[in-house]
Amino acid sequence: MPHVATTDRPRRTRLLIALSMLAAALVGVIGLQAESASATATAAAVPCVADAETGCIGGTLQNTAGPVEGVTITVSNEDDDFEESATTAANGTWAVAIPGRARYTVELDESTLPSTAVLADTAVNPVEKLAVAGASSTVDFNLVLDATPNTGGSSSTATGTVTPTRLLQQFALGIRYGLILALAAVGLSLIYGTTGLSSFSHGEQVTLGALLTFVFSIQLHWPIVLAVLASVILSAASGWLQDVILWKPLRRRRVGLVQLMIVTIGLSLALQYAFQFRFGGSTLQVLPSIAKSWSIGPIRLSIPSYIAMGCATLVLVGVALFLQRTRTGRATRAISDNPALAAASGIDVDKIIRLVWILATGLAGLGGALLALAFNGAAWDLGLQMLLLMFAAVTLGGLGTAYGALIGSLIIGVVVEMSTLWLPSSLKFAVALLILILVLLIRPQGILGRAERVG
Amino acid sequence: MSAELSSPTPLAQTAAQALAGVSPEPGVAKPDPIIVADDVVRRFGGMTAVDVRHLEVQRGAITALIGPNGAGKTTLFNLLTGFDKPNSGNWEFNGRRLNGVSAGRVARAGMVRTFQLTKALSRLTVLQNMQLGATKQPGEGFFTSLVKPLWAAREQEITTQAEELLVRFKLDAKSDDFAGSLSGGQRKLLEMARALMAKPELVMLDEPMAGVNPALTQSLLGHIQTVRDEGTTVLFVEHDMQMVRRIADWVVVMAEGKIVAEGPPSAVMENPAVVDAYLGAHHDTDLGDESVMAEGVLEQLEAEEATE
Amino acid sequence: MNWSDLLSLTAGELIAPTTAAYALAAIGLNIHFGFTGLLNMGQAGFMLVGAYGFAATAQAGQGFPLSALVGVACSVVFALILGIPTLKLRGDYLAIVTISAAEIVRLIGRSSVLSDITNGAAGIPASRFNKDFLGLSVLPDGRTALGPFSYANNVGDGWWTRIVAWAAVLLAVLLVWRLMSSPWGRVLKGIREDEDAVRSLGKSVYGYKMQALVLGGAMAGFAGILFVMPASVQPDAMGRSMTFFIWTILLLGGAATLWGPVIGSMIFFVALMFIKTVMRDVLPSVLRPEQLEPLAGILVGITLMLLVIFRPQGIFGDKKELMLDVR
Repeated sequence: MPHVATTDRPRRTRLLIALSMLAAALVGVIGLQAESASATATAAAVPCVADAETGCIGGTLQNTAGPVEGVTITVSNEDDDFEESATTAANGTWAVAIPGRARYTVELDESTLPSTAVLADTAVNPVEKLAVAGASSTVDFNLVLDATPNTGGSSSTATGTVTPTRLLQQFALGIRYGLILALAAVGLSLIYGTTGLSSFSHGEQVTLGALLTFVFSIQLHWPIVLAVLASVILSAASGWLQDVILWKPLRRRRVGLVQLMIVTIGLSLALQYAFQFRFGGSTLQVLPSIAKSWSIGPIRLSIPSYIAMGCATLVLVGVALFLQRTRTGRATRAISDNPALAAASGIDVDKIIRLVWILATGLAGLGGALLALAFNGAAWDLGLQMLLLMFAAVTLGGLGTAYGALIGSLIIGVVVEMSTLWLPSSLKFAVALLILILVLLIRPQGILGRAERVG
Repeated sequence: MSAELSSPTPLAQTAAQALAGVSPEPGVAKPDPIIVADDVVRRFGGMTAVDVRHLEVQRGAITALIGPNGAGKTTLFNLLTGFDKPNSGNWEFNGRRLNGVSAGRVARAGMVRTFQLTKALSRLTVLQNMQLGATKQPGEGFFTSLVKPLWAAREQEITTQAEELLVRFKLDAKSDDFAGSLSGGQRKLLEMARALMAKPELVMLDEPMAGVNPALTQSLLGHIQTVRDEGTTVLFVEHDMQMVRRIADWVVVMAEGKIVAEGPPSAVMENPAVVDAYLGAHHDTDLGDESVMAEGVLEQLEAEEATE
Repeated sequence: MNWSDLLSLTAGELIAPTTAAYALAAIGLNIHFGFTGLLNMGQAGFMLVGAYGFAATAQAGQGFPLSALVGVACSVVFALILGIPTLKLRGDYLAIVTISAAEIVRLIGRSSVLSDITNGAAGIPASRFNKDFLGLSVLPDGRTALGPFSYANNVGDGWWTRIVAWAAVLLAVLLVWRLMSSPWGRVLKGIREDEDAVRSLGKSVYGYKMQALVLGGAMAGFAGILFVMPASVQPDAMGRSMTFFIWTILLLGGAATLWGPVIGSMIFFVALMFIKTVMRDVLPSVLRPEQLEPLAGILVGITLMLLVIFRPQGIFGDKKELMLDVR
């Protein structure tokens, strides 16, 4: 493994170089975006041209199945008594001409949506938008494919009676989400265990995996297996790069944990906005075609979902074996237990921590890729939503214990999906976070954690 | 002040006299105990860190708590001061039950401790550190703090008291410096002075001499005796038997969580149980040695103890 | 590029109600983190709770004083609920719980469950709750120009809101000054340095941490009210990014300093507006309009990282008193 660190150069310079490398990486992302910009430009061929007096509000309505046609969208402004509607065209585009600078309310009429499309849980409707004359403003509604047409329609409200079939279906969805969540959470837990750091940028590592899968699979037309593999390798490489240019120099400077945590917050902000900058605000399809579903008894999931679950299980078992059976794995656990003692007994703590960063980001990348496959969608805020669930899973299982993170993840996954049987699905994440707070109240050390010694 | 170590002060003699008739055996009753502890047990996982059947600490005397590393001295300290909770047991301070009482309340009851690894409040000045040690400052309440006249007078008293103590501990020149800029020994002094701000009945010093250079050790010993002579009971943890011999009126020896011996310093040194306890734990340890162990080794062993 | 436009736009940010609201929230966070060392990662949640409490009461026809009181009281209750289980635990538990609780409030706010009160994801427009507040204005109706600043007097985004907002900020600074130079503030700073030491000196650390959490949370609650006054209560505008922006502001100005949060907020918003305006004018061929916000966000993130690494004491802070622990 190449070592960038050169001890004779002053640390400050090295850090500056490191950060400029990071900036360069961001510029790379910006460079890549030229392609996608032209792609949207063609899509936005709409009957509205901005000039000195008028502006345009428009967008493209699509979900993972493709453009959505015939949906009514109304743009209004209370103060100016302005109201204008548009209907989406065959390619999903719509536009409304507006009189001038004002704050407009853009509302999608949900009753005009076709049966295969629903607004995502995270979608905002209506949208408030500040628009000006002489420019085109884009409003995107986050639509998703209605994934459960045969189990009783939209899942956005808690409807009907809870049948055993629905229970099993939701449980299966919960295990699917829990397994994928576990991939990310185990990494977060390993980082916490070895360095004491709660990494707020771990969610973006998940997003990175998902979006890279999109780039390889859709933009570069790679076979999906290769696309996932490449995403995982690049994700792991991002962890290695981070440790080389950021975390190791900061460890050398003996930067405090709180400080490090805020650095991860900054990194999280920079990355999530970089994703938004490069890929826009909507959900991107990662499979070239809509996948078929399989039924096992009452459970019906898409084929990629089964593959994702199998893949996640295999990798998690592999990680467990690695931690149990290999010398390096045992060293990792030793550092989690007692860093000072581990260092004293000849373990190269720096090397193990680097390995943990690579492993953790690689696992998060895999989690992101599998999530994108299972839901056939990747978006800039995918990991952002997941981060708090990871924290919940890790805390539930006991901070810093890898197995706890696994069990915590499965519990959180099942709770999140099954809560939709009784509660609106927009609250499913809230339920998981509420459980987190309750667990802290009753058993702060988590399920598998040990009680802490004071003093 | 620190030069008269060899000639015992009158109060020292009374403390020694009071303990003269007490037989040197573990768990023995004292004529005027300030602490009485019974069946205090603390386990970590499968290991029993502290298992004290009965312990009494004599009022007005300097009692040393010694024992090899891992003997449970610091854990016992943590338990008595409310920083850790025992699996079972109860104890009284001045006749008042203190088990299950929070650390803050224990301190307010008149039992103030220091820490083995000094806890100077780095980004407060030395004077602010001292002021924080004082009690009965109405300005520490949220609403009263808003009206300065309600607390300005008491603040003046506190400041005067702090300045006097700083002079006594030779820290007055550093009064306006950040505590973080002090040397290790100065921090020990500051922590001891800060504990005295509350005018406690009992000060519990956790290894006050660890990591302090010999010159400062002399003055620390002097300060401890002065504190005793002013009527404050002192209980301290120490490794160095030489230091213990010079200032302690009574010595309690712990090994593997239990009290294995008690008595006046000279008697305890010759007790075979004590020699066993030390030799059993660390063969290279010479009891009378000026520095029992190199500092680094000490810290490492303490780190081991802390993670048990 | 039109320089006078650029100047008036950026200067406008200096006194904007949003700037004041963020400054007030940052003052609250300064009490939490700067003076007491509490890792509150959900300051936006405190603001949102305050804003909802206020807007719901005002919507129901109550006057501004009572509504504002209810809003702040909601934030206080929120602080108590979060503080009780976590303030006895290690610091990072508070971080995880506050960020989660803030997210719960946002998710519930934007869901359909309480849409009678919260109006779901669309949020509550200001016209439903700011009439009584604007009615309290001592200013005559109309428009006032003062140098580069020209606003209507009695509209949501007008002079009256600005005056009240900045008066609140000044009052908060004064309060912090009084408290932090008192023995009460000394205990807080002691807890920040080492809570076990303070405990050993007989102080009830838990009680002090709770007082600090409640005080800073109450300030955030009022900041939330100020924030929504010009526009609307938008749950999605008051999420994690808002919390992180407040952190950036605090670290920019310097934690544990008196004026740091205020100056930090001014610098933050002026710089942000400046950058956005310049980019809009200079780079229209490279950037799509919707890419401006993300680009600004990227810059905020990088700024936060650089600040924490190279100037943890903030732009104006003293190196010796640097806030973040360098172990």
